[in-house]
Amino acid sequence: MQLLLKRLAKPVSQGAVAGVLCIYIALTGMMEAFGEREIVAGVLDLGKVVLLGPFVGLGLLQQQAPNRRVGWIRVLVACLAGIVATGLFILFIDAVSIRHMFTHASPALVAYMTMGQDALAAGLGLLAVAALAAGAVGFGLALIPAYLRNTIFMAALLVVGMALLSELISQVLRQILNGRPDRLLFSQGALRPAVAVIAAAAVFAWRGLAPRIRLRVQDRLPQLEPERQRQVSLAVRGAGVLVLLVLPWLVGSYLSEVLANVGLYLLMALGLNIAVGLAGLFDLGYVTNFAVGAYLMGVLTNSGPQATGEFNFWLILPVSILAAMFTGLLLALPVIRMRGDYLAIATMGFGEIIRLLALSDWLAPLIGGSQGILFIPKPSIGAFTFQTPQHLFYIILAASLVMLVVINRLDLSLTGRRWMAIRDDETVANAIGIDTTWIKTLAFTLSAASGGLAGAIFASKLGTIFPHSFSLLISMNVLCIIIVGGMGSIRGMVLGTLVLIGVPELLREFSEFRFLLYGILLMAVAIYRPGGLMPARARHYRTESAPQPAGGTPATSSSAASG
Amino acid sequence: MPNRTRCFPIDDKPSPVTAANPSPVATLVHRLALNRMSWVDVVLLLIRIGFISAVVIGSTRTFMEGRFSTAQWATLISAGVAQGSIYALIALGYTLVYGILRLINFAHGDVFMCGAFFTVFLAIWTAQQGILERAPAITVLSWILFAALISMSVAVLVERLAYKPLRNKPRLVMLISAIGASFFLQYTARGFFTTAFRSYPTVPGLDGRLELGQITVPHVQITVFAVALALMAGLYILVERTRIGRAMRAVSENMETARLMGVNIERVIMFTFGIGGALAGAAGVINGLYKPQGVSFIMGFFPGVKAFTAAVLGGIGSVPGALIGGLLLGIFEALGPNLVLTGLGIPGSNQLKDVIAFLMLVLILIFRPQGIMGEVIEEEKA
Repeated sequence: MQLLLKRLAKPVSQGAVAGVLCIYIALTGMMEAFGEREIVAGVLDLGKVVLLGPFVGLGLLQQQAPNRRVGWIRVLVACLAGIVATGLFILFIDAVSIRHMFTHASPALVAYMTMGQDALAAGLGLLAVAALAAGAVGFGLALIPAYLRNTIFMAALLVVGMALLSELISQVLRQILNGRPDRLLFSQGALRPAVAVIAAAAVFAWRGLAPRIRLRVQDRLPQLEPERQRQVSLAVRGAGVLVLLVLPWLVGSYLSEVLANVGLYLLMALGLNIAVGLAGLFDLGYVTNFAVGAYLMGVLTNSGPQATGEFNFWLILPVSILAAMFTGLLLALPVIRMRGDYLAIATMGFGEIIRLLALSDWLAPLIGGSQGILFIPKPSIGAFTFQTPQHLFYIILAASLVMLVVINRLDLSLTGRRWMAIRDDETVANAIGIDTTWIKTLAFTLSAASGGLAGAIFASKLGTIFPHSFSLLISMNVLCIIIVGGMGSIRGMVLGTLVLIGVPELLREFSEFRFLLYGILLMAVAIYRPGGLMPARARHYRTESAPQPAGGTPATSSSAASG
Repeated sequence: MPNRTRCFPIDDKPSPVTAANPSPVATLVHRLALNRMSWVDVVLLLIRIGFISAVVIGSTRTFMEGRFSTAQWATLISAGVAQGSIYALIALGYTLVYGILRLINFAHGDVFMCGAFFTVFLAIWTAQQGILERAPAITVLSWILFAALISMSVAVLVERLAYKPLRNKPRLVMLISAIGASFFLQYTARGFFTTAFRSYPTVPGLDGRLELGQITVPHVQITVFAVALALMAGLYILVERTRIGRAMRAVSENMETARLMGVNIERVIMFTFGIGGALAGAAGVINGLYKPQGVSFIMGFFPGVKAFTAAVLGGIGSVPGALIGGLLLGIFEALGPNLVLTGLGIPGSNQLKDVIAFLMLVLILIFRPQGIMGEVIEEEKA
């Protein structure tokens, strides 16, 4: 008996954790909000995914079971424990109203969790069956070979992704083809069941064939002459830029707005990446640079109450960048001796001081105080004004491409190498003769430039700026992009911006839970992938020929610079 | 030797020419050791001079004008002491954790928020049931206990989820996790309780004022200070007199040696987070007595940052330092806008109260990161 209890303790506690997870998701309101988003029409919605997800996880967890029979028993026990926890919770919120405290513990939630059944008992029974089935599916997934399991995960991801991005896909389809081709795929934003099956089948087919196809591409590229390789990579990049150029017209006005925001955050992320990713200077006050750029642009170009000069956008753009760099330099000097976490807190202090000053009556005659600055004109060339989000997207795209090239060159430069040396060990960097003070100041100053650029474009794009646009959350967003994307990795920045800024703006259901998910993501990245989703590639300097005593060629040092 | 960015690019060794016939400028530069100064030192010196002169000019002008009476100053100071004792309670959590893990527990302000936010519902309920009316002291005590319990659980949970997997990892990775935990707590509270603002009920007996000649002190402020002081005395006894307190001190002194001496490190860490959390929860209720309005999911940020400032000001890692730092910060924050900013002729000076706190944070981190009580610890460590 005691042995039995001991053996069951682990699955029971796992099940309880899954149940608590379910309750947590329900109480934060995520379950109901996600329940409104259907994935496969009439079959599955996102709320059910998060309700049953923990139970699938319970099944997957039993992978280490000594044999199948024990595994099935453990899955059963764990699922039952989870069901009991969830069921008790449902019974509790049905009997006792705790809505004045937990706003989401409403009858609607009970109805949703009991699968919309009228009778509570029937609903609970249905939930129990669904949860057990989910556990069985999870354990089934644990038993099959890894390649097949990954294929199934990919298919599921594709289906969910397609459903979530239905708006984007529909919009693109409508622009390319006439009529309403998206009606074939989606019904009210959810995938039609047949389409879901086809998409999943496509993944299976591709995974079946992929090893062979990929092998050929990967084998052939390095065999080409270097000249040809460069041509291929140029062609790929050119095609990428071409796609970006037509993108705003494909996706329409609203999504162009989203793209423009993604671009602005990408600019900031690329800038902050110099300080955080390359030089290891943990800057939590990046919004300062953004605010300086925005306010300079606003003050000097607006035609409202704070009008001073009403200069041209193109004239002020470089001035904003220089001003941001100057602020970056000024704020860098006092904190240049600090290391690590104290630096983070001090820079956060700067960010908040700037916001509070912008909000105060003291500077209000100059920068508008809490009233903000109004009537900032859109950029224009001659008679042409960049009026719509589509037009503005091109300015942001151009700025991002320029910054991408600049950052890429910096990354490969000697200065970039010095930054990385400081990041890895400041004392050693100093000892080998790097002027750490100067190099760190340079990192802060250059990193500020991109923030100022983003701020200037932001002010002009919005037409109005208010102090609350420059809260700590901007710095935090940018920092999240860098950490989640991968510190020091430029591809990581692009991916991070798309995932953390682009996706939440596309999915309005998520927007309320955006920062909750950021928090979880940050902890998960710190614990499981400290390098980020796309870590910076480790540089391999060619050292093979170095140990040769006499015959070593001095050419190695020059070739190392190309990374 | 790389070309360092010196402010006065005169070589350390005087060249033969200057040695034989030194120019007056070079002599002066050498005498004041200016040749060893980099640009950073000059900037820091300028900031120092600018800040001190701003404070001196501002406060002298305010005093010369005689804008405020003694009673008004006393009111400001007593408000500052009450607010400062709340900061001090929160600051203890930062200090205890920093002493042991060398980690800035970025989520600590949100632990405070959780205690205050969960308890506000209990408080409203007790007020509705009339329990508060009948036995105010015991009811408030039960709020404090409840909040301490909630915050303690939250702090321990955060430790288990966000910090425990990262033992012996770089401190910046822990900081990232801490920022994540802070977001997690804030937006969990937002999900649970929505964005609405709640407020604590008014406690009977706390709305009076104590008259001492010209000076009047509200009862709330006395209560806040007394409760905070009692809790801190309790903590001091816990740390100095009990077995687990000795273990805590041992771990903060040297974790490895403490482990070799048979101290259960994980238990001590968990206990530290728990104690820090409990104090933050209690601070949440006391804060609710002092400023009943404004209980919301973002309420933890400013007190959190300010308490951190207090902890650094007092000397992070030091328990009495947290008290001193908290009280000083509270008083500076209350006096600063009226004393310095009004004197400098800055309008709307009370809007800039938070600027003063942040400015103090930055200046302390720049000029005296070891704080007031810092050196004592440094010596003990050496």
